[in-house]
Amino acid sequence: MARFQDLKDAIGENIEDGFTVAFEGFTNLIPYAAAHEIIRQGVTDLHLIRMTPDLIYDQLIGMGRVRKMTFSYAGNPGVGLLRRMRDAVENGWPRPLELEEHSHSAMAQAYEAGAAGLPCAIFRGYKGADLPKVNPGIKFITCPFSGETLAAVPSLTPNLTIIHAQKANRKGDVLVEGILGVQKEAALAAKCVVVTVEEIVDSFSGVHPNACILPAWTIQSISVVPGGAHPSYAHGYYDRDNAAYLEWERISSDRAVFLSWMEENVLNADPNCFDLRVERMRRSAA
Amino acid sequence: MAFTSEEMMTIAAARALKNDDVVFVGIGAPSAACNLARMTHAPGLTLIYESGTIGTAPTVLPLSIGDGELTDTALTTVSVPEMFRYWLQGGRISVGFLGAAQIDRFGNINTTVIGDYHRPDVRLPGGGGAPEIATSCHQTFVMMKQSRRGLVEKVDFVTSFGHGDGGDARQNAGIATKGPTLLITDLAIWKPDSKSKEFIVSAIHPGVGAEQIQESCGWPVRYAENVATTEPPSQEELLVLRDLNARTKAARERPLAMKMARRASTAG
Repeated sequence: MARFQDLKDAIGENIEDGFTVAFEGFTNLIPYAAAHEIIRQGVTDLHLIRMTPDLIYDQLIGMGRVRKMTFSYAGNPGVGLLRRMRDAVENGWPRPLELEEHSHSAMAQAYEAGAAGLPCAIFRGYKGADLPKVNPGIKFITCPFSGETLAAVPSLTPNLTIIHAQKANRKGDVLVEGILGVQKEAALAAKCVVVTVEEIVDSFSGVHPNACILPAWTIQSISVVPGGAHPSYAHGYYDRDNAAYLEWERISSDRAVFLSWMEENVLNADPNCFDLRVERMRRSAA
Repeated sequence: MAFTSEEMMTIAAARALKNDDVVFVGIGAPSAACNLARMTHAPGLTLIYESGTIGTAPTVLPLSIGDGELTDTALTTVSVPEMFRYWLQGGRISVGFLGAAQIDRFGNINTTVIGDYHRPDVRLPGGGGAPEIATSCHQTFVMMKQSRRGLVEKVDFVTSFGHGDGGDARQNAGIATKGPTLLITDLAIWKPDSKSKEFIVSAIHPGVGAEQIQESCGWPVRYAENVATTEPPSQEELLVLRDLNARTKAARERPLAMKMARRASTAG
């Protein structure tokens, strides 16, 4: 049953060195505040899973906290490449990074299989593609009914999934709105779920009956971190800080600039700074 | 009106889409072309982004495939597993519109690595949705600027299968869809030869010479029997595209006005 905790405790009590951790959120609701807390707490040797690693994994990788990454698109969307991840892959800095690479379709369905308690996902994919030659986790099976050749990948079952959402109610149920990505599947596929939310409300009365809600009993810890998805966005709360995504290209292009940015904005910061960043963005847009 | 080669590329790409098409929109250049089509000759065009937005109609181009603008203007937003299973794999998409870092003459696309996979010279972002877009959509269109690094004799890695080594390669790989049927560049429009499936030039953009096409292409260029000249951009096409780009630029320079109501309550 979900417990309300401050972010430091929610992370500290639920993660260990070496864990397989999924941070999900598809452009919308990326759990930056939780990732920064993990960096501050010195957790390392992580195997990270995420469809679109984005800046959040560039930061964890650049700080040397990651031994392996399972992913399907590693870019700064619309801007370019992930510089810290490239440095790890191409030059082993600050440490080598093992990659397990899939397509979006495979990742999404592997989470779904994890949530469904199945050992693997079966789908029509990877035909003619080279990824099966370099990822031994991609196999092909024959449909026993039609004879069609289909791709199979092992289900994803993280030790811990972390998501950011708009709201929790007082019981600890969590409401996710806007682009849903694979948050629900990643949460239900994991052994443990930590959620950061924008706010706590008394109840979800008036919410659409088909809304995406994770019941309190599927979640371990909830922390209220307003702005916790910045520089991504929280649908209905604040917009994506596209300027910050563009700026990351400059920050991440140089190791020293990156490290000093992380020192100032992550290591010497705390979860409250996210609300201030969103507030600053609001003022500049006004 | 005078126009740039990039404008010509986007406009030529937009024209390839029909009003009743359902398009899976790749990020970057395809997004501009698909939205231009919707804002000009194809108002009924259905745009789908892999983030799960179906029937979206953004007023500015999204920087990412999941910007809030896409959800706000969509008919509905589904989860990503549903998007890939029911809508893409289910065969409901008529055109997949992709960009590419590298492409070969048979329309095989590489967005994964330059060099060896395990010791890459350049690590690119990877496939994202493209490997299955390339095989599940009824057909795919590709757009990219021409360069010797982009149009290559052989791709370093087949991220998304086109026509393999040509001919019946798709059929032999168990793929029932048409694959790449159109390559739109800043210089020309290419279509696959009906037998060999090699991309050949079917139309040249106004003011472009054959030597320019060959200089920026890594394989010996072949031409269709009757090569046309692409119709130059109309005033309407140019104005709509420039408006769209200007709105997009302004939106990226600062966050959009916060549509949101501040948090209603912060109890707890």
